[in-house]
Amino acid sequence: MTTTIEKVIVAPEEPQQSVLRQSVLRRPKETTGVWSWFTTVDHKKIAILYGATALIFFVIAGIEALLIRLQLAGPNGSVLTAAQYNTLFTMHGTTMVFLVGMPLAVAFGNYLIPLQIGARDVAFPRLNMFGFLVFLFGGLFLYSGFFLGGAPNGGWFGYTPLTSAPMDAGFLPGRGPDFWTIGLIMLGVGSVTSGINFVVTILNMRAPGMTLMRMPVFVWMMLVVAFLTVFAIPAVTAALIMVFFDRNFATNFFVAAQGGDPLLYQHLFWLFGHPEVYILILPGMGIVSEILPVFARKPLFGYSVIVFSGIAIGFLGWGVWAHHMFATGLGPVAVSAFSLATFLIAIPTGVKIFNWLGTVWGGSVRLKTPMLFALGFIAMFTLGGLSGVTHAIVPADTQQTDTYYVVAHFHYVLFGGLVFAIFGGFAYWWPKVFGKMLNEKMGKITFWLMLIGFNMTFFPMHFLGLQGQPRRTYTYAANMGWDKLNLLVTVGGFIIALSVAVFLVNVIVTTVKGEVAPEDPWDARTLEWSIPSPAPEYNFAKVPQVKARDDFWHRKYTEDDQGRLVLRPSDTADYQGAVEERVDGHDIHLPSPSYYPLVVTLGMPVLAYAAVFKEPLLVIPGMLLLLFGIYAWAIEPGTEEH
Amino acid sequence: MKEPKIGRRSYRLPTAAFVAGFSVFLGACSNENGQNSLSPKGPAAQTIHNLFIPVLIVAIVIGIAIIAATFYVALRFRHREGRSDNPKQIHGNSMLEIGWTIVPALILAVIAVPTVSTIFALAERPTGPDVLVVDASGKQWWWQFELGKQPMVPSNIVTSTELHIPVNTKVLVRLHSDNAIHSFWIPELAGKKDVMPARTNEVVLEASAPGTFLGACAEYCGLSHANMRMRVIASSMADWEAWRDDQIGGPAQAYTGDVAQLTGATYGCTNCHIFDNSAKTTYGPNLTHLASRTTFAGGTYELNRENLTRWVMDAPSMIAMQSKDCRLPPPATCVGMPSFIKNTPKGQPVMTQSDADAIVSYLLGET
Repeated sequence: MTTTIEKVIVAPEEPQQSVLRQSVLRRPKETTGVWSWFTTVDHKKIAILYGATALIFFVIAGIEALLIRLQLAGPNGSVLTAAQYNTLFTMHGTTMVFLVGMPLAVAFGNYLIPLQIGARDVAFPRLNMFGFLVFLFGGLFLYSGFFLGGAPNGGWFGYTPLTSAPMDAGFLPGRGPDFWTIGLIMLGVGSVTSGINFVVTILNMRAPGMTLMRMPVFVWMMLVVAFLTVFAIPAVTAALIMVFFDRNFATNFFVAAQGGDPLLYQHLFWLFGHPEVYILILPGMGIVSEILPVFARKPLFGYSVIVFSGIAIGFLGWGVWAHHMFATGLGPVAVSAFSLATFLIAIPTGVKIFNWLGTVWGGSVRLKTPMLFALGFIAMFTLGGLSGVTHAIVPADTQQTDTYYVVAHFHYVLFGGLVFAIFGGFAYWWPKVFGKMLNEKMGKITFWLMLIGFNMTFFPMHFLGLQGQPRRTYTYAANMGWDKLNLLVTVGGFIIALSVAVFLVNVIVTTVKGEVAPEDPWDARTLEWSIPSPAPEYNFAKVPQVKARDDFWHRKYTEDDQGRLVLRPSDTADYQGAVEERVDGHDIHLPSPSYYPLVVTLGMPVLAYAAVFKEPLLVIPGMLLLLFGIYAWAIEPGTEEH
Repeated sequence: MKEPKIGRRSYRLPTAAFVAGFSVFLGACSNENGQNSLSPKGPAAQTIHNLFIPVLIVAIVIGIAIIAATFYVALRFRHREGRSDNPKQIHGNSMLEIGWTIVPALILAVIAVPTVSTIFALAERPTGPDVLVVDASGKQWWWQFELGKQPMVPSNIVTSTELHIPVNTKVLVRLHSDNAIHSFWIPELAGKKDVMPARTNEVVLEASAPGTFLGACAEYCGLSHANMRMRVIASSMADWEAWRDDQIGGPAQAYTGDVAQLTGATYGCTNCHIFDNSAKTTYGPNLTHLASRTTFAGGTYELNRENLTRWVMDAPSMIAMQSKDCRLPPPATCVGMPSFIKNTPKGQPVMTQSDADAIVSYLLGET
């Protein structure tokens, strides 16, 4: 039936694509095999795609960081040229934020949100795949600049007029800013679609009884993140379009001599950029809030306070953007207001830290790898938060901003925070995702190496910054007294690299011959542990009926009159009764795979190259792919009849 | 008993970390590299320091407390064989949670008061005849300083890379850029202020004692951002006045003959530089009194014959420049100083060693 509709509408539109159409008409059915990864709409497979791609970018950005550190290991370094260095710090930052941090959070969100709320998939499965493909192609597009005369070199923040001046003004040679602006606009499209998808999924697809205040904290944090993403990305998209137009089409948005304002860009960028910080850190807070109760065998201390703190951070995050601009000359009134707002945001953040400690207090603590990373998160993130408070002291910030002190600060937040949480999350959910336990000993080695290497890398940067070493400088003089600490930093960087290598070896070894994971290896609390490992395609054979927060835990345990933990009497012999039986889920109706997300996304880099190289001929195939894909997608049903 | 042993161990580690951290911190304070924000040498930097250090100490104490608490809860409540595995299920405690919301809020409120008053104090703009006004311009990639005619300066002085100021005198630096954004930063005298196109930010410098204070551009401004350094040289009023009088007026030797020919028609240096008038600005640094400076090339090289000769002939080999094949007058697509011995454009001469020597001798006042 659908077949005929597509024939009628698509054929006159695009006669020369009949070959493609024919193959497209036979809707992909494979759910296994290589090709299925290109057409899948299964949120779990898409999550793995997000995670694997982001990990590859993580390794690339890590190598960039190591090159940077080699250059700075001693004064007057000669490993890199100035141009190479500027490209590397730009790409390190851009990659870590847009191609590692955000996609890793989306990877966890994709896998866990449906499982934790008792759903069989996300609200828009094809849009989900579209989001991933946009991320993949956006990342490849950005990196293709290295081979096409334009590796981005204007910093991850891309301040105007440096980036927006026309190429022949000689500010930044090459097409770097063009690849950067168009690449980020593209990535933004993917982020917004996945944000919308998460919002709709969380609000509409919760299992019966899963009220908002029964949701796992991770889901709550991802809801906040999704809202932040949907509202923050448009600000930067507008700014990036203006930069691209200023640079290529002689518009004057940021041209001071023509009445434009370079500072406007900074407002737009940080109006996105500060919520972005919370887009990156809130998923980490969510992951930690899941791990701590499980390994302390106690419920989260003050669930509602943690949830509301997260929401408060989400709101306040919109009111602090100008604290990135304290040296720009905003005037004492504006600066004071943003200083106070920044103090304010420290309060809900502090509350979370105390509540996490309260969660572990009095528990029965198991120091397994996920728990180590979660505890490491608390300690390291706290240090990042505290140096953040010193930034809110505006006069002090004018000494700290754009120095290594700031580099130390945000790496404590984003590496000590987000990356520690992510590695904790890997160790924690790996059995559920891949059905194999990661090796515990290697996990612990990863943690300790990372903790030591991380502190060795970033702690000395506080001192370097206060002693006057500016950021984004490819060289420094020998007589500044910075050499020893810089060498220490470089050694620390390589220890981090070693810890990541141990993790990767762990992954390979356990994939080849790892211990098979049971359904519920950690005696956990949330719904994803009530189903087999790895999670079956249909997630839940029977849609769960949720009766409490941490529903799965309460199927296993109850409390005696002193509030102590006791196994439920009915299941005392075998609490695994709470775990779903493996069933034949063959007749469970799931969304069908589709080619169209791939077709639509293939059009986007073509259009992106058309913009960068100002090549109108490329617009035609790009638009054809895009429009054909969108039309065909629109009339394709979400699920095929069996 | 196992219990106390765990307790002792959990104290020893943070204590060791504290001692180690504190000694590194003291070491950092004593780094006399001329660019150390922990070693303030003027009232503005001192005010900032006095605000920052108490907050830093509070932050360090809280940081150590939280890290110690993390170790404590992890070790104290660690599950061991034989210990009961059914902890009391505490879901929260409103009083505690309200407490640890209010206490940090109060601490922050206490910090906020001096913060805001210092913000306003530092924003005060000094006026009067005893204030030296300097116009600083961020260029790619060097600093230009212009001391306009004013009570303390009888006629215009243009110099670069090194700013001379008298001690115990307020210096109002007005910041300008006609290119990218830069940031003006002399850590031992004052905090940063960005140098924005089309708006004039201001920063107040004052040195409490004679000395040389290093600074750097602190906003990424393109290829050679790392090489955009500067220094403020503070001296007694008498010494400063001597310097000022030296700068006013023409070069030590007449700008005529061979040198004028070489730097003019032959190699086109005058497209971007001025050799004989310290009152004027142009595209590149004003070289009239170059010999009076201690550093050049964005403050990255000591001014001596060897360095300067190499620079005159082949500047891009010393500092990253975007001026590969150009010797055009501005506005040109090249940013920075070109090489005069490599990538020579058609029809232009390659610089000879003897020509370079002659130019350098003139610049150093050694003819």
